[in-house]
Amino acid sequence: MTEYLRNNADTVWLALQEHVWLALLPVLLGFVIALPIGYLGVRFPALYHPLVNTCGVLYSIPSLALFVFLPVVLGTKVLSPVNVVVALTIYTVALLARTVADGLRSVDPVVVQAATAMGYRRVRRLAGVELPMALPVILAGLRVATVSNISLVSVGALIGIGGLGQLFTRGFQLFYIEPILVGIVLSVLLAGLADLLIVLVQRAVTPWTRAV
Amino acid sequence: MDACRVNLSYLLDPAHWEIGAAYSIPTLILAHLGYTVLALLIGTVVALPVGLYIGHTGRGSFLAINAGNAGRSLPTLGLLMLLVTLLGLGLLPVLIALTVLVVPPILTSTYAGMRSLDRRVVDAARGMGMRSWQVLTRVELPMALPVLMGGFRSAALQVVATATVAAAVGLSGLGRLLIDGLAVNDYSRVLAGAIVVAVLAVLVDLSLALVQRWIVSPGLKGTD
Repeated sequence: MTEYLRNNADTVWLALQEHVWLALLPVLLGFVIALPIGYLGVRFPALYHPLVNTCGVLYSIPSLALFVFLPVVLGTKVLSPVNVVVALTIYTVALLARTVADGLRSVDPVVVQAATAMGYRRVRRLAGVELPMALPVILAGLRVATVSNISLVSVGALIGIGGLGQLFTRGFQLFYIEPILVGIVLSVLLAGLADLLIVLVQRAVTPWTRAV
Repeated sequence: MDACRVNLSYLLDPAHWEIGAAYSIPTLILAHLGYTVLALLIGTVVALPVGLYIGHTGRGSFLAINAGNAGRSLPTLGLLMLLVTLLGLGLLPVLIALTVLVVPPILTSTYAGMRSLDRRVVDAARGMGMRSWQVLTRVELPMALPVLMGGFRSAALQVVATATVAAAVGLSGLGRLLIDGLAVNDYSRVLAGAIVVAVLAVLVDLSLALVQRWIVSPGLKGTD
């Protein structure tokens, strides 16, 4: 494995870089889109169940199908990384919109009432009380989305998109195990690292969860 | 790309629905379901006893909690291609890769289900003179079922969606429509594959919801 890495350092490094932004950009986009959608699911309770069901159906579309099919819908080139970014953003939204709604619903109503009684209006109460209280649940969902995105990007290699999946298809075509192993190890390490980072951020921004 | 050529023609063509014909949609669905059911079966046989043991004794809970995230971070495509390189083409690598996908959610949800139930109920069962085995099979397992079935259903959804990669290593299943359609630029075939897989996933989830309603004790309903 080390020998393969030494001889192909450039290829692997490039694949790793592509993998990182192909996986993480959708997390960011998905998070920003999911916040208002999840909030709507709480603000209008009638929307909650349709929201959960839609998210479930979206999440069940196989990634390969979405990667292949988005160019047709979006008019992009089959080899364009935009397809992977959009597809993974859809999965992230499907996962996080529900988590945001569940997180906001998990906030103790007594706390919300207390904030209202203290004179917090809807927007300030949301930003200052409800969202922070919902953070542990939301960030748990963000961890799941990040880790599964990092492992899903590699499927893009089947349609020729870069990332560590390229090492899988190359190894598979050559019947050569080294690049596949390198790809798997790097992908798992990357997921672990991203997961750890979110945990650290969560500790920093929700100090009250540790006090209990 | 010419978007006008993409339509439902492949999906609606009766010739593609001929029962028993090679590569017809029913044949591919059957193969797809076959991989799914086998992987779920093997995964349950592996994960359920381990999850029950960990939940019942409380030993090894670290494993049960972290299995979920570890399993998600493992790229199935990479694992599949690694296994094919090691074991050669065939059903075995696909089944192993899909089973690895199934084990973590079942393990984690079995453990979570066992932990979520009121420990006083378990104490009461013991106080009534139930043996450890009876507590497990008559109290803990039935009460953990709602959470356990939730994990099983999400595992099933994942396998139905992921079993499409079997086509990437030359096997059958609905992934054939995606891979072959892409190879010959027949995007109507790709669309047919995407729609059938998504519908299949929804149907599998619905039937599992029915199974759940049937096997979960009526005394537990409303608490979930």
